[in-house]
Amino acid sequence: MNPRIRNIAALVVFGSFAILPLLAQVLGDSFLIVVATRILAFAIAALALDLILGYGGMVSFGHAAYLGLGAYSVAMLSRAGITDLGLHLLGGIAMATPFALITGAISLRTRGVYFIMITLAFAQMAYFFFVSLSAYGGDDGVTLAARSTLLGQPLLENDTTLFYATLALLIAAYLLALRITGSRFGRVLTGTRENPLRMQAIGFSPFPYQLTAYVISGCIASVAGVMLANQTEFVSPALMNWHRSGELIVMVVLGGIGNLIGAVGGAVIALLLEEWLSRMSEHWPLFFGLFLVIVVLASRDGISGLIRRIGGGK
Amino acid sequence: MTNLFLLQLLNGLQFGVLLFLIAAGLTLVFGIMDFVNLAHGVIYMVGAYLVVTFAAMTGSYGLGLLLTLPATLAVGLVLEFLVFRHLYDRSHLDQVLATFGLVMIISEAVEIIWGAAPLTVPIPQILSGSVPLLGPLRYPVFRLAIIAAGLLTALGLWFVISRTRIGMQLRAGASNRAMLSALGIDVRRLFTMIFAFGAMLAGFAGAMVAPILAVDPGMGESVLILAFVVIVIGGIGSIKGAFAGALIVGIVDTVGRIFGPIALKAVMDPAAAAQAGRVLAPMLVYILMAVILALRPAGLFGQRT
Repeated sequence: MNPRIRNIAALVVFGSFAILPLLAQVLGDSFLIVVATRILAFAIAALALDLILGYGGMVSFGHAAYLGLGAYSVAMLSRAGITDLGLHLLGGIAMATPFALITGAISLRTRGVYFIMITLAFAQMAYFFFVSLSAYGGDDGVTLAARSTLLGQPLLENDTTLFYATLALLIAAYLLALRITGSRFGRVLTGTRENPLRMQAIGFSPFPYQLTAYVISGCIASVAGVMLANQTEFVSPALMNWHRSGELIVMVVLGGIGNLIGAVGGAVIALLLEEWLSRMSEHWPLFFGLFLVIVVLASRDGISGLIRRIGGGK
Repeated sequence: MTNLFLLQLLNGLQFGVLLFLIAAGLTLVFGIMDFVNLAHGVIYMVGAYLVVTFAAMTGSYGLGLLLTLPATLAVGLVLEFLVFRHLYDRSHLDQVLATFGLVMIISEAVEIIWGAAPLTVPIPQILSGSVPLLGPLRYPVFRLAIIAAGLLTALGLWFVISRTRIGMQLRAGASNRAMLSALGIDVRRLFTMIFAFGAMLAGFAGAMVAPILAVDPGMGESVLILAFVVIVIGGIGSIKGAFAGALIVGIVDTVGRIFGPIALKAVMDPAAAAQAGRVLAPMLVYILMAVILALRPAGLFGQRT
């Protein structure tokens, strides 16, 4: 995507989110903020996935695991009496890093179909770990006593503050991802996606670059988990169900892979569609599934191709 | 203790045989077509639901099973014709999306047709008893029948793949699809057959466990991911690998859940061991997968790429 168009798109997307609370006030619809916070949190995770899927060519089907790790960091630290949001975020990253390092190192020994299945299997392993963790409610999950605190104050109890905190984190994650993809590191990563053999020939071993990107992506996704836990004030293994990982891929692809802001847009589209369909019918997954199948079948080179064609040019 | 171990070993074998039926079709699809199919688990579920309905209609589980086989074969054919056929030359990402969509559609459709509450089908009269094993130990006949049916299917598959013309084409397709096509084999037709046959095997597995499990809309998912683990362990595209992987996963999972905590008790205090065992046991097969992958990235029987 043209960098100028991307900057404009980013400004429009983040700008519209920034004025959303005003709109909610005018409409008197406080539920809007709740939905929007959820969308923002998922957008962070979709952005994280786009970093490795779009730029590194790694189709991870296990990113929901990092959502769960972030969310459980809130539950575990809160129980230990640590309530600060910053520490919760650090806790999520501290859990996501070793998990991503180990599972990534193993998964990256393979590629293609194998990589998809193995990341899925590891996420399922994390899922079962938390399902059997009876200290935190097992399958039923655990309700948080309160949201994270900011500067020692319960500021996030206010939905609007939580919304802005999530938006700030999303923008920070976006800028970080932009810096990463624009850096030398990012160029090498893109190169390994295009042709690992040539990258090796010019002196870059793909593995450390891919693994580093995988770990960074996992850490960003754990941030999304921390915010989701705060939004619902409830943490359960359902957050890391494999359907979630699938939905994250859907978001990234819907928005167009490999341009970061697209992932944010994809999260908006996918979650709004979900919200809308679930109001129309309790059997909304049927229609969502139909939508996916038809979109993939209807466009020769997938959803991203369809969007590229509508958007005009590459 | 030996008795308990034997019992769990048999249960593990039964689970493994079941996983093999599901993984067999899936590994061929992965290996020969390089195709990601997430919708395989829901076909297993559809098989279970169909047998419940057909058994109720005909009043006999055996007849129900006989009707389920062609029905799931037909489901496979229809899905191949409507969806999969158009995805063979697409990226893995597109395949993931479309088959993920199919999972949502079929799961929801099943819930609309049969409801979300678990269904059951009675075990047929002739297979309902139990047979004595060692000493006081008895084992249900029906589970033995599942093991026997699974092993027979494996034997049949082995015969077809290593001794017949179709099997030859399959093996050739797994190693070089373009070359096979150049030699005048209609690869598309071969694909359609593999797909439909794989769906039938998954449906067969679902139909066989229906009497001993609660048939519910979530039953396909856990099995799908375990089938992935089986395929990864065994090596993509290898029926032999799927068989070995399925038995390993089935036995490790079943025996580990019972004996993990017991083994841990030897080194830890009982309360901690029970807790750690409960947490570790479901993770055991995934850890096993990680270890095998670390040693052999292409799986036990996979060809190195």
